[in-house]
Amino acid sequence: MSEEKWRRVDGRAWNELRPIKIESGVLPNADGSAYIEMGRNKIIVAVYGPREMHPKHLAKPDMAVLRCRYHMSPFSTHPRRSPGPSRRDTEIGMVMRYALEPAIFLERFPRATIDVYAEVLQADGGTRCASITAAAVALVDAGIPMRDLVAACAAGKIEGHIILDLNDHEDKYGEADVPVAYMPRLDRVTLLQMDGVLHPDELRRCIELAIEGCQHIYELQREALKRKYEEVVEEVKEGE
Amino acid sequence: MSRLSIIPKLKRRKILDAIASGKRMDGRGLEEYREISVRRGVVEKAEGSAEARIGDTWVVAGVKIEIGEPFEDTPDEGILVCSADFAPVASPTFEPGPPDEASIELARVVDRGIRSSDALSLKDLCLIPGRKVYVIYIDLCILNHAGNLLDAASLAAVAALMEAKKPIYEVRDGEVYPTGEVEPLKLRRLPIAVSMAKIGDVIVLDPTFDEEEVMDTRITVTVDEEGNVCAVQKSGPQGLSVEEIWKAIEIAVNKAPMLREKLEAAL
Repeated sequence: MSEEKWRRVDGRAWNELRPIKIESGVLPNADGSAYIEMGRNKIIVAVYGPREMHPKHLAKPDMAVLRCRYHMSPFSTHPRRSPGPSRRDTEIGMVMRYALEPAIFLERFPRATIDVYAEVLQADGGTRCASITAAAVALVDAGIPMRDLVAACAAGKIEGHIILDLNDHEDKYGEADVPVAYMPRLDRVTLLQMDGVLHPDELRRCIELAIEGCQHIYELQREALKRKYEEVVEEVKEGE
Repeated sequence: MSRLSIIPKLKRRKILDAIASGKRMDGRGLEEYREISVRRGVVEKAEGSAEARIGDTWVVAGVKIEIGEPFEDTPDEGILVCSADFAPVASPTFEPGPPDEASIELARVVDRGIRSSDALSLKDLCLIPGRKVYVIYIDLCILNHAGNLLDAASLAAVAALMEAKKPIYEVRDGEVYPTGEVEPLKLRRLPIAVSMAKIGDVIVLDPTFDEEEVMDTRITVTVDEEGNVCAVQKSGPQGLSVEEIWKAIEIAVNKAPMLREKLEAAL
């Protein structure tokens, strides 16, 4: 079957992203926040900081420390997951930090911490990428100076087809999953993982495809950020 | 952290200067491993064990095999559990305590290589579907940290699996009974992890402890016998260009056969 005609379990074409909705500034208490829906994924991210680091010995004298916590709500998956941190959560928190760090001017805030908290309310494959995408928007929303946005999505392979943005089913039953985060302006890959089996050429195609996906998501991130300020402008106008 | 973080900045200059001349601080070329050795059967009480050394980096892996209940979503599959202990014997930077981020990552990346490459057929490790399966524990013990723990841990883990023997059970009336016999675990693939560090604009293979302290990022590519990639992990605070990624994949595919020879030659 040709790649054009072949359809995935949810009816998407091989290179089609799931519907994405991003909203910035959704949490009143946080310094910055964002909410993302990517297919059936629902994730909310809060940014607190730059603020004083506790415990103090973790502070760095020449730059801020970025800390990321990735957490899945017990009801986000079937079956229910234990609310405590899993080894997977710890690893994802770490790779989120590595994905976002290069985009932030951490050296502007010595001794401080910037805390990013991602809370997965519903998971449907690709939560680490959606969390990174939302976290980048939340960091900008917090007014933290950034070199670039970071957009993320996965590519992979199922039934021999290279595909973009795997859902839960494709992640579980596919041959490979390659999550990628990308800074579009600086043209740098900041998250790269893979599990499954791929020929090196297929891996390259997956990375290239994921980068294309990231470029599209980048536009959606920008729109989400602009939209918030357009709303503010309108409110001000109405008030006059 | 704060006191330690200044020294690597000073070291970085020296390391960068050395790399610019095409040689590393220890005299190696950019795409050269340190001396590698793998030895199997180092702990008799384990069902399988091995040690791997890469330069002064030293990791011991032990395989223990027990009977347990399968996971709900995979009732007909055995269970593979990989964990790592950064024992305080291995480095002045390690402290006793629960596993930290780095040890969790190490175990998960080693696990990913073995799992993705289908090295073990988990379906063959089921005794009574939904009730009794083999649980294969791979425990990694770091004895000396001199950089590139991941490649050494991966070599040790696979070598330990190669010589591991599982007890044979007889299934009778819905129960399992030990027969006292053992048979080798069937290992179908030998996944090889190859780690590189990006320092400045240069990719160096098999980074030392000092190089890891100053690196921009690390990338590990795990490769199977057919030259397919079965795990990738980028780990570190800076990004990579796509050209750097292509180069890392190429180096890994080229170097993996040499490491696999060490594994197969191990006694």
